[in-house]
Amino acid sequence: MELSTKTEDQLRIVSVQDARIDAAVALEFKDAMRSETDDGPDLVVLDLSKVEFIDSSGLGAIVAAMKNMGADRKLALAGLTPTVQRVFQLTRMDSVFSVFPTLDGALAELRN
Amino acid sequence: MAAEILPPFEVSIMSSEMAVREALSRFLSALGPIGLDVEESGTIELVLAEVLNNIVEHAYPEGSPSGPIDIRCVHKKDGLHVSITDAGLAMPDGQLPLGNQVSVDVDLGDLPEGGFGWFLIQDLAKDVHYARNATQNRLTLRLPVGIIM
Repeated sequence: MELSTKTEDQLRIVSVQDARIDAAVALEFKDAMRSETDDGPDLVVLDLSKVEFIDSSGLGAIVAAMKNMGADRKLALAGLTPTVQRVFQLTRMDSVFSVFPTLDGALAELRN
Repeated sequence: MAAEILPPFEVSIMSSEMAVREALSRFLSALGPIGLDVEESGTIELVLAEVLNNIVEHAYPEGSPSGPIDIRCVHKKDGLHVSITDAGLAMPDGQLPLGNQVSVDVDLGDLPEGGFGWFLIQDLAKDVHYARNATQNRLTLRLPVGIIM
C-alpha cells in the first residue's frame, strides 16, 4: 500500500497510489494512514483519485483513519471514482465525510 | 443491457485475500463479451468481493487451512445467476445475516468500521439465499445486470 504525502501550511494531502483498498490491504492502509496523520496539520485531504475499487474493509479502514485523527481534526475525501463514490453513498458514509469531486476543488474550498 | 446470453462459466480459487482479487478479475474478464458499464461491473465486483471476503474471513478463519471456493455464473434474461460454494464453517445459526443499514448518525468515536458487507450484498443483489448441506455452504443470488430486454 503506497501513500504519497504533501504538506502545506494548513493542510496535508495524502494520495493513495494503489488502485484498490480492499480486504487484502485494509490493515496496511490503516497503519500507513496512522503514520501519515499522527502529526501535522489538523486538516487532511485523502486523495482517492487513483483508487478504482474499495470494499467494506477498505471503507472501514478509511473510517478508522478518521477516528484515529480525533474529533478536533478533519479528514476530507477528494477525487472519488464512480464505484468508490457508490460505496460511500450506499452506506451513507458520504454524510459523515466532507467529499469533494476533485482534489483541486477540495483544495480551493479548504484553503479558505 | 446485453445483446445475447453468455455461456455459463465457473471461477475457482483456494481461499485467501489475494485470491479474492484474482477471482474478481477473472469473473469480470469472463463477462467482457456482454459489455457491462461501470455501474454494472461495480455492482458485480462489490457484491462478489463482500461474499468472498466473508468466506475467507469466517468460513475459513485464520488458523484453519484454506479451502476451495467455487463461483458459478449462469447468464439469463433477468441477469446473472451466481452461486458461490465453499467447504468451510457454516453461517452462525445456519442463517443469512440480516444486512441492515448501519447507522452513521452517531458521534465520531461510535462510527462503525464494519458491518457494511451484508448490507451491500442485500442492497445490490436480488434473491439472496443460503443453504448448508453436510459439508458445504452454498449462497445463491441474482445480479440484475446484463439484462436482456
